[in-house]
Amino acid sequence: MSAHGHTVHVSAAPTGFIRKYVFSTDHKIIGIQYFFLALTSVVVGMLLSVLMRFHLLWPGAHVPFLQGGVMTQAQYLSLVTMHGTMMVFFVLTTAPQAGFGNYFLPIQIGAPDMAFPHLNMLSFWVTFLAFLSLMAAFFVPDGAPISGWTAYTPLSGIGQATGPGEGWGQTMWIVSISLFCLASLLGALNFIATLIDMRAPGMSLMRMPLTCWGWFVTAILTLLAFGVLLAGGILLFLDRTAGTSFFLPAGLVLTDQLQPHSGGSPLLWQHLFWFFGHPEVYIAILPGMGVASHVLSTFCRKPIFGYKAMVFAMNAIGILGFVVWGHHMFVSGMNPYSAFAFSVMTMAIGVPSAIKTFNWLGTLWGSRIHFEVPMLFALGFVSLFVSGGLSGLFLAQPAVDNLLHATYYVVAHFHLVMGVASIFGMFAATYFWFPKMFGRMMNPTLGKIHFWFTFVGAYCIFMPMHFLGLVGGIRRYADYSAISYLQPLRPLTMFVTFAAFVTVTAQLFFLFNLFWSLKKGAVAEKNPWHATTLEWTIPSPPPHDNFGGQYPSVYRGPYEFSVPGAREDFIPQDLEPSQLAAEARS
Amino acid sequence: MPEAVSDIEEQEQAVALLDGGGGPRDPVFGDDGGGEPWPPAGTPQSTYTVGMLVALGAIAMFFMALVSASVVHRGMPGSDWVPLHPPSILWVTSALAVASSLTLVRARRMFKAGAQDSFSRWWTATAVLGICFLSGQVLAWRQLVSAGLYLVSNPSVGFFYVFTAAHGLHLLGGVIALLWIGWRQSHGWRKSRGISPATATAVAALYWHFVTGLWLFLFSFFLIGG
Repeated sequence: MSAHGHTVHVSAAPTGFIRKYVFSTDHKIIGIQYFFLALTSVVVGMLLSVLMRFHLLWPGAHVPFLQGGVMTQAQYLSLVTMHGTMMVFFVLTTAPQAGFGNYFLPIQIGAPDMAFPHLNMLSFWVTFLAFLSLMAAFFVPDGAPISGWTAYTPLSGIGQATGPGEGWGQTMWIVSISLFCLASLLGALNFIATLIDMRAPGMSLMRMPLTCWGWFVTAILTLLAFGVLLAGGILLFLDRTAGTSFFLPAGLVLTDQLQPHSGGSPLLWQHLFWFFGHPEVYIAILPGMGVASHVLSTFCRKPIFGYKAMVFAMNAIGILGFVVWGHHMFVSGMNPYSAFAFSVMTMAIGVPSAIKTFNWLGTLWGSRIHFEVPMLFALGFVSLFVSGGLSGLFLAQPAVDNLLHATYYVVAHFHLVMGVASIFGMFAATYFWFPKMFGRMMNPTLGKIHFWFTFVGAYCIFMPMHFLGLVGGIRRYADYSAISYLQPLRPLTMFVTFAAFVTVTAQLFFLFNLFWSLKKGAVAEKNPWHATTLEWTIPSPPPHDNFGGQYPSVYRGPYEFSVPGAREDFIPQDLEPSQLAAEARS
Repeated sequence: MPEAVSDIEEQEQAVALLDGGGGPRDPVFGDDGGGEPWPPAGTPQSTYTVGMLVALGAIAMFFMALVSASVVHRGMPGSDWVPLHPPSILWVTSALAVASSLTLVRARRMFKAGAQDSFSRWWTATAVLGICFLSGQVLAWRQLVSAGLYLVSNPSVGFFYVFTAAHGLHLLGGVIALLWIGWRQSHGWRKSRGISPATATAVAALYWHFVTGLWLFLFSFFLIGG
């Protein structure tokens, strides 16, 4: 819109293919690399879940390409483990934060790049190594680990003796997760330094788009949580390879052999893991909250309702996220008073969550909603976040949790709120920013088909699953055919499985749309959504140094929609006030 | 719409109030990352300090996780924790760590005074003291081994090895940084837009003092809990 004399040539774009697209230090390329890494992971994770659902219905069926032809119970557990690990780390942690955050945080605050571009490149390539290590677990002798994404000890701490996949597979898992921790820490450092020190003139903290707030709070959580998992991972690695007993108690007998370990504590692993694991839930969802707020405001053509309250709520969720890890351990025999404290803290998270929800509704209230595809997914995010979050209030009661722990109720809860809601945040971000990233529009019709199948499909999969849990359907069992009290629910299980198959198939609409639009989509203009933030003031796709040497100054908040008297219904953050007044007078 | 126009004008006035003349101001962190010109050519120098402070936060969190793990481990029912008396050589290495921080303070003073030769001497002395510290830590391990105390002997010994190894790796990183900066300082810095000598010495010092402080904390932790 306007330039303010900040004309500087920051750095020349690299020309060679390797420096430009492979070992690039450009935050935009790195963001796209993370995005496609997450896309690959989500496809793998989704196929694993299809195999799992298939096995639950037909445990004796012949599966092609599988050793032995029929899936064993251990193989089913290794699918559970790899599905969870792949999705939580390489999808939910990777795409919303490292992918979209990398691409858009510097642009939205008016910076030429991340604070430390080489560190940024290192973060991606370490993450990629972590991904390769995890994938390698499929191909080592005895295959992938069976201890779940939480890798509870002693199952994960001893080695081959505890079952197939617990030898090399589990070791590869720990190597992968430790590398992932390192990469995430480096990435978080970069995000925080960039956000604190690289904002354009006038871009005060309270003028940042809520997306930036989401990435900022997430980066702080990442910085504090992943170091703890790394510490735990190192101790677990030593237990497995050096014979220490940090997490392994005395008197363990496996296949008639007394294990040499003594004095360790499996609960210690649970504490370390969940001290990371609960903030991880918010690491997955906070960027989605930022994107949903941003997209809702844009397509309601209204300022976000309660900007300050939104910022406060995100920070409150981040802080409270560190004091509730015990609610994952209610059945570990903890002191009831501790459980009570964790329970109260957990329910307290309902307050900032409700603030956010009401502010989203307040933004929608009385607005003329433009039902573009990103908006549909943002609305879907709000819906899923509420539906999935409410069951969390039930699980926060220790007495109720004692009953529902390790049932499908928990699986349904966290898939809705952490999995599908976050994924909807990612879809909203993809449809919203694709024109900026690749200079072409995605097809809206395919996008709407994709939305309705996915939205209805997600509810069809996970709502009935709550009932499976309520009647005592235990998670992680490979075969329910011999459990008589669950037999009446077989039609429900079948419904869930078919809903899953349909929903997974519907993702082909998305994949086709994505790759087709890369080449054939309608050419995108600079600001197709008539949005206000800085990324929409530069060409699509942006030049190497983001602003083409013309660096912006910021004069106002991020959500100035439908301002009375303004010529258009949006005011870009960098439009000079004198120019705005002149426009209004004319 | 005359009323509406006044909305816009109001906004203009509000911005003019914030605007010191050169551009709009950020009331929170200063307008342009510590008084440097915007946009910066490369990473702003102040950002290196911010980045280091953030990194120290992450490192502190990592060690706090290990410390709390060892405290919890000790208190768990069924724990066979036998207190470990830290090897006596740790008193010497602790003194070395403190001495290295003092020589570093001296080196920084020389740097600010522009006394290149004195700077090099004190800076190198710091790195050498760091290497001596690491050698001392290895000797401490050998003392334990000769007493028959291995990684697996007892959780207290296991934690001791983990703490000292993790801390030693961090200190080794510091030694490498010191040597690199010293080498650059005597052989000339690249002309590109990287870190400036003043920032490099300041950030390295920040890290080094932190690692010294971390060691003193860990050593007192061994002494109390050991």
